[in-house]
Amino acid sequence: MLKLALRRIAALLPTLLVIVTLSFAIIRLAPGGPFDAEQGVSPAVRANLERLYGLSKPLHVQYLRYLRALAHGDFGPSLRQRDFTVRELIAQGLPISATLGLCAIALALLGGIPAGIAAALWRSPAADFSVAAIAALGMALPSFVIGPLLALVFGIYLRWLPVAGWQPGTARYLLLPVLTLALPLAVALARLTRASLLEVLRAPYVRSARARGIGEARLVWRHALRPALLPVASYLGPATAFVITGSLVVEAVFGLPGTGRYLVQGAIDRDYPLVMGMVIVYGILTLLLNLLADLACGWLDPAIRHG
Amino acid sequence: MGCAMPSIPASADHSQDAAAVLSVRRLSVAFDTPNGAVQAVRDVTLSVAAGECLGVVGESGSGKSQLFLAMLGLLAANGRATGSARLGQTELIGLRGPALDRVRGVQIGMVFQDPMTSLTPHLTIGAQLAEVLRRHRGLERAAARARAEGLLERVHVSDPARRLEQYPHELSGGMRQRAMIAIALAAEPRLLIADEPTTSLDVTIQAQILALLAELKGTHGLALVLITHDVAALAGVADRVAVMRHGTLIETGPVREVLRTPRDPYTRELLQESSAPPPVQVAARTPSAAAAGGAALSVRDLGVRYRVRGRWLEPATPLAALTGVSLELRAGESLGIVGESGSGKSTLARAVLRLLDASSGRVVWMGRELATLRSPELRALRRDLQIIFQEPLGSLDPRMTVAEIIEEPLLVHERSLDAAARRAVVATALARVGLAAALAGRYPHELSGGQGQRVGIARAMVLAPRLLVCDEPVSALDAPTQRQIVSLLGELRRAQGLTLLFISHNLAVVRELCERVLVLYLGRRVELAPAAELFAAPRHPYSRELLAAIPVADADVQPARLAAVRAGEPPSPLDPPSGCVYRTRCAQAAAQCAVRFPEWEEEGGRGIACYRWRELA
Repeated sequence: MLKLALRRIAALLPTLLVIVTLSFAIIRLAPGGPFDAEQGVSPAVRANLERLYGLSKPLHVQYLRYLRALAHGDFGPSLRQRDFTVRELIAQGLPISATLGLCAIALALLGGIPAGIAAALWRSPAADFSVAAIAALGMALPSFVIGPLLALVFGIYLRWLPVAGWQPGTARYLLLPVLTLALPLAVALARLTRASLLEVLRAPYVRSARARGIGEARLVWRHALRPALLPVASYLGPATAFVITGSLVVEAVFGLPGTGRYLVQGAIDRDYPLVMGMVIVYGILTLLLNLLADLACGWLDPAIRHG
Repeated sequence: MGCAMPSIPASADHSQDAAAVLSVRRLSVAFDTPNGAVQAVRDVTLSVAAGECLGVVGESGSGKSQLFLAMLGLLAANGRATGSARLGQTELIGLRGPALDRVRGVQIGMVFQDPMTSLTPHLTIGAQLAEVLRRHRGLERAAARARAEGLLERVHVSDPARRLEQYPHELSGGMRQRAMIAIALAAEPRLLIADEPTTSLDVTIQAQILALLAELKGTHGLALVLITHDVAALAGVADRVAVMRHGTLIETGPVREVLRTPRDPYTRELLQESSAPPPVQVAARTPSAAAAGGAALSVRDLGVRYRVRGRWLEPATPLAALTGVSLELRAGESLGIVGESGSGKSTLARAVLRLLDASSGRVVWMGRELATLRSPELRALRRDLQIIFQEPLGSLDPRMTVAEIIEEPLLVHERSLDAAARRAVVATALARVGLAAALAGRYPHELSGGQGQRVGIARAMVLAPRLLVCDEPVSALDAPTQRQIVSLLGELRRAQGLTLLFISHNLAVVRELCERVLVLYLGRRVELAPAAELFAAPRHPYSRELLAAIPVADADVQPARLAAVRAGEPPSPLDPPSGCVYRTRCAQAAAQCAVRFPEWEEEGGRGIACYRWRELA
């Protein structure tokens, strides 16, 4: 298990380098530049600006300089959010976004998996129908519909929670965004868990454990659950990507000052350092959660661990 | 033992039998399906006495498994059992919940067919043993561990202390089945039910497991039910035999009587299936074809090596799947390749067809060396060289209909044919393998295993190939279907003058279909001989062991054969023994055997790689 973890961690850095290189190339290949929107800038001034930010150098020189700075933890200055370095912008937004994302994943796991188990164990035509209906709704409704709906009910009719906005250090403002982000994921996880557990319960080794007089509760808990959770753990990787893209929308809907807006705005503005910074942060997050998913798979299945 | 109860008249009710561990009376099992109820077991009455082994034999679908699953409350959700099955004083039918769990695993242990899938994959062998011991025997952790080790010893698991820490996937099939038996015995049940416990195992391992069951029977009065489709498998173990067909018990009696003088014609049929079949009439027995033009297929010194990736930072280990295998096949000849799993049989098949690339050696088909051919030439040649696979349904594309599957080779190799002509060819191919034309529109999941294998054969035969490689074509099928497929292959061969490379671990099938047999062990050839000579007088100690492991449907002979079964499994190909790879299992191994692998000696159509065969002959 430790070996598996070390092997995966060792693979993180090269993967990250590939991400940095590719995104560096793609954003530079995109037409336009950071100072296109500046009104009435003479070509001479623009050339000066580009020289100031090192944009006049050949691309490979810029790339190597960027890597060297990155190695020292320097993401560079934002080209459009003047007077802020990318690092400062990330430091402002990331705590909010990370809390939102991780809480949503945790909530989805804690809600979705037990719901899926329950749906698999207590089957009836009515229950199966409700599961299918809720699942269809949960996955079909986009978060920009669920979000305002939740805000309408809990914020305006019931007045339990704030509709939108942010005050540092208050969890109340995060509740609805987390719920909005977690809901579709929880539904997907519940569906996955239910289908997978139903399949495992038909496996020969479950029958064989039953023939040994292992009680039903222990049978599910000890023999069936771990293999059943294997597909669920594998799904954590894609789920991270889902949460990250979802958080862009949710942050906008609830007016949270997270990092999502920097990614969108940075891309529109061709604010190269900002986009790169965001890609790296999200890249690291995705890699770490994928690593977690891999380790979870290794824990669930000894054959993977020994692979 | 149990069968020795002559004082009880034949008409006596079995449930009155005081010594009976299990008495079943008028037990029936039915399954509710959308098309109405299906009766799987009808009115079966039988009993098993303490210390006795009852062999239950029947083909798949005869209800033999459902009968015993019903007693353990393991029927599928739509199954219903009626009648009575008493274990001592406890009525099993209708028992549920905790009361049922005080019987199964405690008083009745059950062993299932496939040890691969019947052990929980994420729990160690030790954990699965300890679970039963702690739950049913109330043992503490340390006591359970010590007891678990003793149980593994009792079923002759090698290195039991280490096995306790291992997961099922780290064990060989034979070791896994032993572990499963140990788990079933953990709570010291009065009755052990083994449902086809050897079906998925190699013949040598099958003999070892049967010998183990024969040894366990009667210890502490343990009663045994051995369910199998193969009469021979129970000859050395069972005291009494019950024959089932279509859910009904058609004959029951002491094993000697039933095997020697079966009363029911169906029992005679089963016995015939199990005993060695007479060789099929082979067209070109004397090598007229050989005289005409030498070898059609010539394999020289073929080797296939892999590098198995080590753990992190450890170097890769070389694995020799096949080493120095040479063989020649005349046109129209049929060569059988036999050996246990891991012997390199399938690797050889794939390397011959260049479905995988050999590391060394040459394969020459009709004077052309396959390895040197470019891909268009190779593709053109492929119409001559076809293969059928072990998994009849797994080797068919699930999204294509039967007609599309058989038609596909024509689209590649017969591009001049139009759609109507192709349909005609497909229709002929279907008829030739004995499939109804109506099956053409079906998908693989709608076929039985036998039908699926016929489709595979039709697909291989549609281009009229000259060499057909059969990689375990019948081992996934039940006995009657096996016979049908084997005789179909025999017919096709005679009708078309096919050259056949037939790979199987089932020696009886090889004997029926092949003129010569090559025996492989751990990737090396150890003996080559005409089939009749090999079966009559094997020379290599390994060939002898293989042949001795085949069960014989004779209750007077089989116990002695089982008693003589040698322990041991093939070593890991990652760490093969030095010298002769077989020496670690060989009863005749001498000092020289450890030095280097013996030279291949060939004379009079027989070949052998053994230092000592002359002395042993």
